[in-house]
Amino acid sequence: MKRFLIIVLLLSLSCKETSKEAVAEVKNSEAEVKSDIDLKIYDYDGLEPLINKTDDKVHVVNFWATWCAPCIKELPYFEKVKAEYEKKGVEVLLVSLDFPRQYETKLKPFIKEKQLQSEVVCFDDVDQNRWIPAIDSTWSGALPATIIYKNDKRQFYERSFNYKELEKEVQQFLK
Amino acid sequence: MKTLRVLAVLICFVSLTAFTITTDGGYDIGDVATDFSLENIDGKKVSLADYKTAKGFIVIFTCNTCPYAVAYEDRIVELDKKYASKGYPVIAIMPNDTDVKPGDNMQAMKARAKAKGFTFPYLMDDGQKIYPQYGATKTPHVYILEKSTEGNIVKYIGAIDDNYKDAAAVKTKYAENAVDALLAGKEIEQKKTRAIGCSIKTK
Repeated sequence: MKRFLIIVLLLSLSCKETSKEAVAEVKNSEAEVKSDIDLKIYDYDGLEPLINKTDDKVHVVNFWATWCAPCIKELPYFEKVKAEYEKKGVEVLLVSLDFPRQYETKLKPFIKEKQLQSEVVCFDDVDQNRWIPAIDSTWSGALPATIIYKNDKRQFYERSFNYKELEKEVQQFLK
Repeated sequence: MKTLRVLAVLICFVSLTAFTITTDGGYDIGDVATDFSLENIDGKKVSLADYKTAKGFIVIFTCNTCPYAVAYEDRIVELDKKYASKGYPVIAIMPNDTDVKPGDNMQAMKARAKAKGFTFPYLMDDGQKIYPQYGATKTPHVYILEKSTEGNIVKYIGAIDDNYKDAAAVKTKYAENAVDALLAGKEIEQKKTRAIGCSIKTK
């Protein structure tokens, strides 16, 4: 019965999604069929809507890069959050700040090797002095950094997490 | 007159203590930056006070292992070449814990400095005592200081320029503009900027 309720909930949630997102989903499944990774690259104007959704879901957005050791260390915890909390309405978005010249040589092989399940997008915008304070006024610019938000409720973290710490923060948004 | 002077000193003291309270997370513009005595890649200790004729300093927290820091190496050398003779030498400080990042140990620092032709001191923040006082959080992280009778005053905090990827595509050279303004005795237009960098590594 409980499972049935969750399915109904998920269905109703997915109905709420805009047609634009539905199109994006179709694109993703195409990419899966090709078994190649179709990475979307955004500048800040493109990224902004992805980190400001108002869909009643809890969004965990992690800024990372393959060259950032503490980011790589905490990545499995974000994957675990996705695995454990996706059904409860939590979405994980991994925003890669890898350099564009390393998309093919570093980032894609990494995503394949680690079999990352969370959505990965590339963020390439050199005007950092504009978008760092826009993402959060307290962000000095160090990686890793994470946003957790649900509609208007929002928290920014310029720090690393272990799983327990991350789970605790996510749970605060599920209350 | 004497009471006035006492009052002035008192006000100074109160405002100073107020500053230390509000800037717990590091320096803000106008704060007096601490001097230090840190080991250079040549084995000698370096302090800001050693630079008798300097007008100020371009202090850059940087390292070998961060791709952003590496992307800026040549530009840091250029900064020193351009401004050391004008009284603003670059002082580079490596703030990472070298157990966490062995690629930033003294031997590696020496090798990197030699390979890239560093013209400036490249100091080890041994014990990681200095970077927290400045409030540096990442590499590269720039602090431009102006020498005054009260000490070295923080005049600029932030990035070197607005394009980490491509030096040729830079539109605004924040650090150069700041030093140019200081040299011209003008107000710095952008006193604080932000850029992505690698978090400073601690145990």
